[in-house]
Amino acid sequence: MAKKAQSTLLNMLLALTAIALVAAAALAALNGVTKDSIAQVEKNKVQTAITDVLRQVDGQGNVVCEIKFDNTKDTVIYIGEKNDKGKYSDSVVCHLAYAQEQYAGAAVEAADPNGFGGYFKVMVGFDADNNIYGYSILKTSETPGLGAKADQWFQKSSKGDIIGKSPSTELKVKKDKGDVDAITGSTITSRAFLRCVNKAYANLQTALNSQSNQ
Amino acid sequence: MNTKDIIKNGLIKENPTWVLILGMCPTLATTTSAINGLSMGLATTFVLMMSNIVISLLKSVIPDKVRIPAFIVIIATFVTMVEMVMKAYLPGLYDSLGLFISLIVVNCIVLGRAEAFASKNSVGHSFLDGLFMGLGFTWALTLLGIVRELLGTGCFFGHSLIGGADGMLMMILPPGGFLALGLLMALINHLRKKSVKS
Repeated sequence: MAKKAQSTLLNMLLALTAIALVAAAALAALNGVTKDSIAQVEKNKVQTAITDVLRQVDGQGNVVCEIKFDNTKDTVIYIGEKNDKGKYSDSVVCHLAYAQEQYAGAAVEAADPNGFGGYFKVMVGFDADNNIYGYSILKTSETPGLGAKADQWFQKSSKGDIIGKSPSTELKVKKDKGDVDAITGSTITSRAFLRCVNKAYANLQTALNSQSNQ
Repeated sequence: MNTKDIIKNGLIKENPTWVLILGMCPTLATTTSAINGLSMGLATTFVLMMSNIVISLLKSVIPDKVRIPAFIVIIATFVTMVEMVMKAYLPGLYDSLGLFISLIVVNCIVLGRAEAFASKNSVGHSFLDGLFMGLGFTWALTLLGIVRELLGTGCFFGHSLIGGADGMLMMILPPGGFLALGLLMALINHLRKKSVKS
């Protein structure tokens, strides 16, 4: 075996610098290769979510009806807390869908920091009359088997069905004198979810106003 | 040390999960389903193998006093590579493992093997050690994942065996992870000791 390098200052500097440089070069090269795919994946995720919430499926996964659109206009809405530089901690996107220049519906993101497991983000689809058309959960850390059921619970003909309702009057769980069935054993998740839906409605109004002002 | 010993050490005799009891954080956190356990194990195997090879190659040029930072940089490089590739080509898997992929950097199995094995042995042996330590970790995680998924949701690799039923929810929550790990560890060590005696 070759003689081991001594721990002199020069040796240590050289070894660490060389290793760090090679590592950085390797990662930069790989980043160049994967960057586009990662961006594409993120984009596809948003696209899939948009089509998902503007579509109603039956139990077998067949599409029953959907809102067709050929163009979306995106409005970014800043939410969360303002830091000392005047920037907001979070933002959501409101995708307004148009079919032949006619407003057809919208896929609106909304987030709430107080789910049972923390941050909770959903996308809610609205038809042209501002009724809920569909929803999909974008980010969640809810408990598997309890709060995580939210992705099915509020769908059409499930127990907590909210499809077709309009959040123009605030949606609430039955415990809070509303008319939505909360997920069994997961009232906190259900409240966070409905807060998101109500916020999505508010975000939609903001986006529609800013579009009509343009 | 011969090849057979290295293989046996990694898979059974010095199995990182059941015997050395290293890397418990990812073990408990990612084994909520069999496929998550398997993927986490394979990702760790790749990192272990690559970092063992590189560290073994560089062992004579890395001065002793800076060996730990040097090892960590090498390990972190491979972990970041796995993370980027997974993000780009296996986004579904990345969503469910996400954070724990980056945490392989501080997984004590990887640094432990670098320190205890790769920095003292030849490249070939280090490669084998990394591979079989990794596979030992993988089978442990997969077994734990299978047991927890089966009891917790009634599924085997995502295929439902008991249609419609919910399963014992506790098993996919943290308490079930500790219970399953403890009981499996007891069982496997019992079998292991029995086979050594006979």
